[in-house]
Amino acid sequence: MSDAILQAVQQSQIKTDRPVLSIGDTVDVHVRIIEGAKERIQVFTGVIIKRQGSGIEQTITVRRIVANEGVERTFPVHSPRVAKFEIVRHGHTRRSKLYYLRERVGKKRRLRDRKSGLGWLTDQQDKADAARAEQEAKEKAAEQAAAEKAETAE
Amino acid sequence: MAAAIIGRKIGMTRLYDGEGMNVPVTVIQAGPCFVSQLKTAEVDGYEAVQIAFEDIKGRSSTMPLIGHDAKAGISPKRLHREVRLGDGEAASYELGQALTLSIFDDVKYVDVIGTSKGKGFAGVMKRHGFKGQLASHGVERKHRSPGSVSGRSSNLGTGKPKKGIRMSGRMGGDRVTVRSLAVVGVDKDKNLLLVKGPVPGANKGLVLVREACRLYKGKAKHAKAK
Repeated sequence: MSDAILQAVQQSQIKTDRPVLSIGDTVDVHVRIIEGAKERIQVFTGVIIKRQGSGIEQTITVRRIVANEGVERTFPVHSPRVAKFEIVRHGHTRRSKLYYLRERVGKKRRLRDRKSGLGWLTDQQDKADAARAEQEAKEKAAEQAAAEKAETAE
Repeated sequence: MAAAIIGRKIGMTRLYDGEGMNVPVTVIQAGPCFVSQLKTAEVDGYEAVQIAFEDIKGRSSTMPLIGHDAKAGISPKRLHREVRLGDGEAASYELGQALTLSIFDDVKYVDVIGTSKGKGFAGVMKRHGFKGQLASHGVERKHRSPGSVSGRSSNLGTGKPKKGIRMSGRMGGDRVTVRSLAVVGVDKDKNLLLVKGPVPGANKGLVLVREACRLYKGKAKHAKAK
């Protein structure tokens, strides 16, 4: 119950316009920078190497190379200080945390492009649906057989 | 110091203020409370209001308490707490009156009183912030020990430590007051009070929230500037 209350409190500040940010994606983070009365936007481009927390407390860590030096910045996903996230490309990963990129130098830093967008997800869905349909058909057939048996017994 | 209400700590989260700054927030589900007893100078020698919180089944309460609540015209309640009032303030309350978060309408800072989490039998480093001993340089098996507890002056001839030497022991489970927490938001429909920063005790713990008695210098200055 208390979790529901907390969620309700957070709800008003959760931004619904954020894209799905997944590990390995290269993103442009548009950061609002407030200098006195002026406000300008700075773009930080890099690879998402870590996602942490949930709801309004979710943060992502973005890594980029500046002047041959690795720079990592952590952004709260729902912070008003971030104007928007723009996904540049999806990288293919087999880890949920890409800390191994810190040791990589040069071309090895690059991630393979994710092959088919979200195809794997829909594929999975299709497979699950097919399996369920098959299961249901089997159950139905079994029921029918049982009913017929009962009838013949009568 | 009048306004006070009892509530339950729901938990902590974070919110963003107008400038996009991250504000740590504790959510307290407070009230509605009911006035279960009024103490007056004539009868009791001082003025106070007793407030009661949270319905409880009659069979879980006791006859004396049920009777006490019935006298004020309210159903049996779980928790009763007394709040001292200034002279003549008791007249503004009446028996059975419901107190909701609207009493904090003009309040910017509150004090929160709760029972801290029990830590069990804790050593001096955790309990009193001692430094402990060195990690190396020949220190063996005494890295977290308090060191000498010192002898009392010999003319007493007792050979005992001084009174009041801080040692290891039960820690936590105490009544703790956190002063001058800023009120971040109030949701009167859901009886939710949001205060900045942590409050004592575990989630679902009972806390008493009252208008801040006084502000620390820095906060007072800040409040004035606002």
